[in-house]
Amino acid sequence: MRKLLLLSLVLITGIVFAGRLFYLQIYNTSFQQLSENNAIKIIYDYPQRGYVFDRNGKLLVANQPSYDVMVIPRDVEAFDTLEFCNLLKISKVDLKGILKKARVYSPRLPSVVIPQLTKAEYAYLSEKMFKYEGFYIQKRSLRDYQVKHSANVLGYIAEVNPRIIAKNPYYQMGELIGRQGVEQQYEDVLRGVKGVKYIQKDRFNRDIGPFKEGIFDTLPERGKDITLTIDEQLQAYGEKLFVNKRGGIVAIEPATGEILALITAPYYDPGLLVGRDRSRNYTKLYYDSIAKPLYDRGLQGEYPPGSPFKTLTALIGLQEGVIDLKETVSCHGGYVYGRGRKLGCHHHKSPLAMIGGIANSCNAYFCTVYRRSIEKYPTPQEGIDNWEKHLESFGLGHYLGTDLPSGRPGKIPSAALYNKVYNYPERKWYATATISNAIGQGEVLLTPIQMANFTAAIANRGWYYRPHIIKNINLADTIPSIYNEKIQTTIDPENFEPVVQGMNDVYHYGTAAYIRIPDIEICGKTGTAENFTKIDGKRVQLTDHSVFIAFAPKDNPKIAIAVFVENGYWGSRWAGRIAGLMIEKYIKGEITRTDMERYVLEGSLEEEYAKPLSGEPFKINN
Amino acid sequence: MAVGKSNVRFDWLTIFFYLALVGIGWINIYSASLSDSAQGLFDFSQIYARQLLFIILSIVLIIFLLAIDAKFYERFASIIYIISLVSLLGLFVFGNNINGATSWYSFGAFGLQPSEFAKAATALALSKYVSDMQTNMKEFKYQIRTFLIIALPALFIIPQPDPGSALIYAAFVFPLYREGLHFVYLLLGFFAAALFVSTLAFGFPWVAGGVVLIAIFIYLKRRKKRPNLVKYITIAIASIAFAFSVNYIFNNVFEQRHRDRFNIVLGKETDTKGIGYNTNQSEIAIGNGGWLGKGWTQGTQTKGNFVPEQHTDYIFSTVGEEWGFLGSLLVIALFVALIVRVLVLAERQKNQFSRVYGYSVAAIIFVHFFVNVGMVTGLFPTVGIPLPFFSYGGSGLWGFTILLFIFIRLDASNFVHS
Repeated sequence: MRKLLLLSLVLITGIVFAGRLFYLQIYNTSFQQLSENNAIKIIYDYPQRGYVFDRNGKLLVANQPSYDVMVIPRDVEAFDTLEFCNLLKISKVDLKGILKKARVYSPRLPSVVIPQLTKAEYAYLSEKMFKYEGFYIQKRSLRDYQVKHSANVLGYIAEVNPRIIAKNPYYQMGELIGRQGVEQQYEDVLRGVKGVKYIQKDRFNRDIGPFKEGIFDTLPERGKDITLTIDEQLQAYGEKLFVNKRGGIVAIEPATGEILALITAPYYDPGLLVGRDRSRNYTKLYYDSIAKPLYDRGLQGEYPPGSPFKTLTALIGLQEGVIDLKETVSCHGGYVYGRGRKLGCHHHKSPLAMIGGIANSCNAYFCTVYRRSIEKYPTPQEGIDNWEKHLESFGLGHYLGTDLPSGRPGKIPSAALYNKVYNYPERKWYATATISNAIGQGEVLLTPIQMANFTAAIANRGWYYRPHIIKNINLADTIPSIYNEKIQTTIDPENFEPVVQGMNDVYHYGTAAYIRIPDIEICGKTGTAENFTKIDGKRVQLTDHSVFIAFAPKDNPKIAIAVFVENGYWGSRWAGRIAGLMIEKYIKGEITRTDMERYVLEGSLEEEYAKPLSGEPFKINN
Repeated sequence: MAVGKSNVRFDWLTIFFYLALVGIGWINIYSASLSDSAQGLFDFSQIYARQLLFIILSIVLIIFLLAIDAKFYERFASIIYIISLVSLLGLFVFGNNINGATSWYSFGAFGLQPSEFAKAATALALSKYVSDMQTNMKEFKYQIRTFLIIALPALFIIPQPDPGSALIYAAFVFPLYREGLHFVYLLLGFFAAALFVSTLAFGFPWVAGGVVLIAIFIYLKRRKKRPNLVKYITIAIASIAFAFSVNYIFNNVFEQRHRDRFNIVLGKETDTKGIGYNTNQSEIAIGNGGWLGKGWTQGTQTKGNFVPEQHTDYIFSTVGEEWGFLGSLLVIALFVALIVRVLVLAERQKNQFSRVYGYSVAAIIFVHFFVNVGMVTGLFPTVGIPLPFFSYGGSGLWGFTILLFIFIRLDASNFVHS
C-alpha cells in the first residue's frame, strides 16, 4: 500500500490535468474568442460608397467627407483651452466633460471629441490643429444628396444595429448600412468590400506590426455606381404636384417595366437624414403617426382600386366569352341583384355597350359582366378561382417582385376566403355575394404600383415586365435577370383593343373629357373609391379616394401611370389632373395646361385630412 | 572513478526524459522570449540564449555528478545540508533583492538562488537520517527530529519572502510515509487542508456548524459500540478551533495579495484585470491552442506578452497556445513518465538511503509539477514556483539537475558489485 500512494497521486494528477486541458482547449471555445479580441487588432479600410444616377445620367447621390475631431488622452499636452473651445464652438465645461469621458474609456485609444464637422469648419480648424498635441482630425464619408426629393426611392444610410450584426457577420458595430430604398436594396453593390488589416498587439494594446506579415490582409474594393430608371425631373414635378395632399404616383415605361417615377406624399428632404442632426430628424419623421412620411404609399398603400378595376372586369369578360362588344346593358340608377338589393350608379345615358360602359364607368354594366364570368362555371368557387387566376397574371394579389425593399401583396379574394367567411358548406354563397369586386370595391385591395403595372399590361396589350428601379450597375447591363423576363397575361391581345378604345373615350366624351391634354392621345380610367376609418372604435366613412390610371400615347405607349389621392373625391378632380400633368411633363417636357397645373398646385386637402381628427361631426364628399 | 567501470549502468530512460523536457522547455522559452532586438542564438542579452548557456553548463555539471562515487553523497550528506543552511542564512546579510524577494546571491550579470539547491541538500540529509540504523519512524523522538530537518530550510526560506518555495518542503511527507510514518499524519494533513479550504470558501460559522453536525451524526450512528464521548467532543472542538484560527490568520496575518489569490481560485472574485489577470491570460493563451496549437513562435498571446512571467512560472501556457492539446498532453505525459520511472527505480534500490532519496526526488518534482501546472491552468492558487527542467532560470535548472542526477548516480551503483 505504502508504495502506491505517491504513484497513484501522480497518475491521477496527470489525468486531471489532461481533462482540464481538454476543457480549456477543445471544449470551451470562449477562451479562443477572448484571445482574438485582445491580441489581434482589426483595422478596416472603408471604400467609397457607389454613386446613384437617374435614367438621364443626372447625379442624385454622391459622397461628402465629414470630419471628426479625435483625441488620444494620453498624448494631450497643456494647451490654450479658451482658443480651442472657440474653434470648436463648445463651452469649456463641455470640453472638460468630453475629455474626462475619453480618458475613462481609454487613455491610449482614440475617442471622438466633436463628430461630423462640415468642410468649412474643417478648413478653418485644420490650420490650427498643430497647436493641440493629442488631438487630430479623422475623415469619414457620408452621403451627399444632390436633390431634395425622392427620399423614399433613395433611402438613407445609418449605423447597423445589433440585430443586423447578429444576422450578417460582415458588419461591425458602428459601420454604416443602407436602409430603405435603393440604399438597402443595392447595399451589396453600393458599399463595395471593406479591406481588412490584422495588427498584432501586445499587452499594453500597442501595435507591434502586422499579424503573420499580413497574409490575411485584404484591400478594399470600391462600391459600384448604379443608374436608376427614375426620371429626376418627373420625380421632382410629381412631388411638387402633391403639395398639401397625401397619396402616391407610380409611373412605368410599359415597354421595359422601368419605373419612371415613384412618389409618395407627404415627402421629406433626404438631406435631413445626414450628419449631426440625422437622429433628431429621423425621430421626428418616425413619430409623425398622422402624415406618416416614412410610409411609401406608392408601394405599401393597399387601397380599394375603385373603377379602374372595371377595365380588368371587361378583359376577363371578353376572354371568358360571356359578353361581346355589341351587347348593351341598361342601367336604371344601378344594378339590381336579388330582392331589394341594388348597387347604385351615377347618371349617364343608357343602355351602354362595352366601350361606352368604360367611358361612362357604368356600374350596372360591369356587375353584369362580372356575374356572368363567375356564373359561367358550375359552382361559384370555380368561378372565383378562375377569376383570381386571370388577375394574378396581372401581378395582383401577390408581391410584384419589385427591387425595392418595401411593398405589399394587395388582396384578390379566393374561393377559400369566401368559403371561410360564409361558413361553407353549412351555408352557401353565390356570385352576387361578391358583386362589389366587379367595380373594384369589396374585398379587392391594390397598391398603386400594382395599378400602374396592370395599366402597363393593358398599354402593351397583354404583357409586362416586372416593374424595377435599377437601370444598370457601373453602366453595364447587368440588372437581375428576373427584370428581363416578359410576363404574359392570360388575356389574348385582341381582347385589349376595345378596352383601350374605351379608355381613350374616357378622354373624348367620358369622365375625364374636361382634363384632356392637347396633342396627346391618352387612355385613362377614373376611380372614386369608398373608404372607411375607425373613430373611437366606430366604422366611419371618409371622403372617397381620388384614383386615376392612364397610359399615353394610345399607340406605342411611353408611360403608364397610376395616381392615388387620399380623400380627393372624384377621380378626375385630383388624380386625373395630376396624371395628365405628369404625362404631359414626361412626353412634352413642358406644361401647356397651366390652368390645370395651377388648380393642382393651389389646391389643398389638409382641411379634409383634419376632419376625422377634429372630434366633431363632419360631412364627406363635398 | 566509477564512470570508467564497465559494470556501471546509468538509467538511460530517465536521462532521456530529462533531456526531452529540457529540450522542449528551451524551445518554448525561445518562443516566449523572442523579440525583434535579438542578434542570434548566442546573444546573451536574450533570455533564450542565457538558458541555452545554462543547459550547456548543466551537461558539464551532469558529468561531474555522475563521475563522483556514490558513497560520497551519503557520507557528506550532513555537511552538504549544513553548507546549504548557511547559504540560506547568508542571504539575510549578503542577499540581493530581486522582484521584492531577497533570494539571490549576485555574481556580476548572473545570480544564484540557494533555495533551489537546498531541496537536494535536504533530501540527502533526510535520507541519511531516516536510513540510520537507530532511527525508528514510529517513535515520536525521531519524528520530531525528522520534522526539524525538513522544517529548518523551509523556515529560512519563508521570510525571504518566498512562501511558494517553502511549500515544496511538504513534499517530504511522501518519502516519510513510504518509510513507515503513520497514515494518521497524512489524514490529519488532508483533514486540515479540507477544513482550511472550506473555512475560506463558506465562512467560519458554516464550517463550525458543519463540524458539530457531522460529529453528532457519527456519534449517533455508532452509539451501540459505546464510543468515547469525550473523544468526539475533543476532536470537534479542535476542528472548530482550527477553522477559527484559519479564519483569523487569513484575515489578519495574510497579506491582501495572498487573500486575493485564494479568493480567485475559490471563485469568490472574478477580477480579470487585477489580481486574476495572470490566471485569466494564461487560460486564454492555453484555450487559444485548440487541438494542434498555433505553431511554434506563432502564438498571438505569447507574442503580445499577455501572460506575465511567461518564460518562467507560466512557460506551460506557451506550450498550450503553440502546441495545442496534443503538445500539452505530451509534456504532461513526459512528467508523469519521469516521476513514475523515478519511483520504480526507487523501489528497486538495495539500500534505504537511495530509496528515501529516490522518493524525495519523485515527490519534489511531483509537487512542483502539481502546483505549477495547476496554477497555470487555473486549478490552483497562484504560487510562484517554477516548472522543473522547463522554466527559465540557471539556479532552478541546476538545482533539479543535481537533485535528479545524484539519484541516477546512486541507482547506477546498485550494479557495481552485482
